[in-house]
Amino acid sequence: MTILHRVPLGERAARVARPVVYRHRLPTRIWHWVNAAVILVMLMSGLMIFNAHPRLYWGQYGANPDYSWLQIGNAGEQGFLRVGDHTIGTTGILGAWGAGDQTVYTAFPGWLTIPSAYDLAGARHWHLTFAWLFVAAIAAYWIFGLGNHHIWRDMLPSSHELTPRHILEDIKNHALLRFPKGEAARRYNTLQKLSYLGVVFVLIPLQILTGLTMSPAMDAAWPWLLDIFGGRQSARSIHFILAMLLVLFFLVHILMVVLVGPINEIWSMITGNYRLPRERR
Amino acid sequence: MAGVITRRELIAGVAAGGSSIALSACTGPTYNPIFQHNVLSLGEWLNYRVHRLIEGNALAPEFTESEMSPVFRTNGNTDPGTQEYQKLAGNEFADWRLRIDGLVISPTSYSLAQLQAMPSRTQITRHDCVEGWSAIGKWTGVQLSRLLDQVGLQPNARFIVFHCADNFDGTPYYETIDLVDAFHPQTLLAYAMNNRPLSIGHGAPLRLRVERQLGYKQAKYIMRVEAVAFLSGIGGGQGGYWEDEAGYYWYAGI
Repeated sequence: MTILHRVPLGERAARVARPVVYRHRLPTRIWHWVNAAVILVMLMSGLMIFNAHPRLYWGQYGANPDYSWLQIGNAGEQGFLRVGDHTIGTTGILGAWGAGDQTVYTAFPGWLTIPSAYDLAGARHWHLTFAWLFVAAIAAYWIFGLGNHHIWRDMLPSSHELTPRHILEDIKNHALLRFPKGEAARRYNTLQKLSYLGVVFVLIPLQILTGLTMSPAMDAAWPWLLDIFGGRQSARSIHFILAMLLVLFFLVHILMVVLVGPINEIWSMITGNYRLPRERR
Repeated sequence: MAGVITRRELIAGVAAGGSSIALSACTGPTYNPIFQHNVLSLGEWLNYRVHRLIEGNALAPEFTESEMSPVFRTNGNTDPGTQEYQKLAGNEFADWRLRIDGLVISPTSYSLAQLQAMPSRTQITRHDCVEGWSAIGKWTGVQLSRLLDQVGLQPNARFIVFHCADNFDGTPYYETIDLVDAFHPQTLLAYAMNNRPLSIGHGAPLRLRVERQLGYKQAKYIMRVEAVAFLSGIGGGQGGYWEDEAGYYWYAGI
């Protein structure tokens, strides 16, 4: 028998094969997909609610006669976005957009909103119902994540990872699209940890609290909400900004998945099993 | 409401974009009655019960004069415009009477002067429109609880209905609240705003202030207050004009 392998089979396999690790436990996976769907509904119905009054203010009050720091609207057939004193034309996307052969004058276009045609009452039904699922999901995540040590073990950066040198190195690696390979990919990298922690412990809780601050009943029950955010209209502005930050997170998240290996990444969030990226040689 | 663009949508469309819209609306799960009833109404059900549980009888925040909106915009109908109303307004509402009836022990009617002579409450509160804007104004009026105590509720009364002088295309405006809100100390029948008699734009001669709910609950041009056991027999049965017309939640605490 001739020698088929110049190197012993075991050694070759070890070099070529990419070990599969069990990366995401079932609660994490369920939460991820439920949360993804809920956030999508919250965002799209929220944009429809914004369409009912596409201006944002700071302070306790704010209505048409008052100064708005942000406005989406239309001047004649031209859509615009105004932030402070800066106005840019947004015809086709914001303020004035096409649906078939019609031009529609709402702030956000129908393909971004739930429902797609103007309906504040309908959007509120979605938003205020799914808000409960949003709260339940994040509460369950906290309880499971803190309980099964997922958050402590996998998401909390070590003091070594938080040194400026390490963070700069991580930023450089991301900018050069150099992502962890092999054994290093078993763990989340520092920027990844910080962004997940930011979403789970900062963005989402603040999003819930600013949402509650817009409720006249909750302001009666918990008046400190108004003190934290500086008034109902400030809370409404912050709620909008946080939503845009969640969109930014979502876009970067998707970009990373695509760059690192979309099939492996999505498969791991469905089955839990993650194939480590090949070691660079 | 399949295929119907409500007036509310048209008005809001104009407000939002300067022009009305008319897409082929009202398809999809939002307008599926089964999905609506079993899923999308959960938000209202939970909000109503949870809010009532945690708010108790807590007061809505009150503000100082310096925190008031420089201009308090009007919304909805700004003049009922009917002949009957014009006659009442022409005489500065001297002939106007507030009727309180329904499931009460002694139905009574009050003139504006009688209401103004009663002990009053003044509060500077925030008005929150369902569309998103807020304005802070000063309201003076009679506590609804005072009037309800005078006429006396029958034991089966569960809701208070406010019948209004204004209408949308002939459909009269009305609103309803539960007894928790009806007896809340800040729930007023207000006849003055910002130290002046209530203007026609803001609901003269009398409007409701129910401070822990949104703007569409603050019925203007009140003509009659009725105590009822069920909402089903009133208007379209959903507890208010916008609730009937466009499906807005009856409980508007958020």
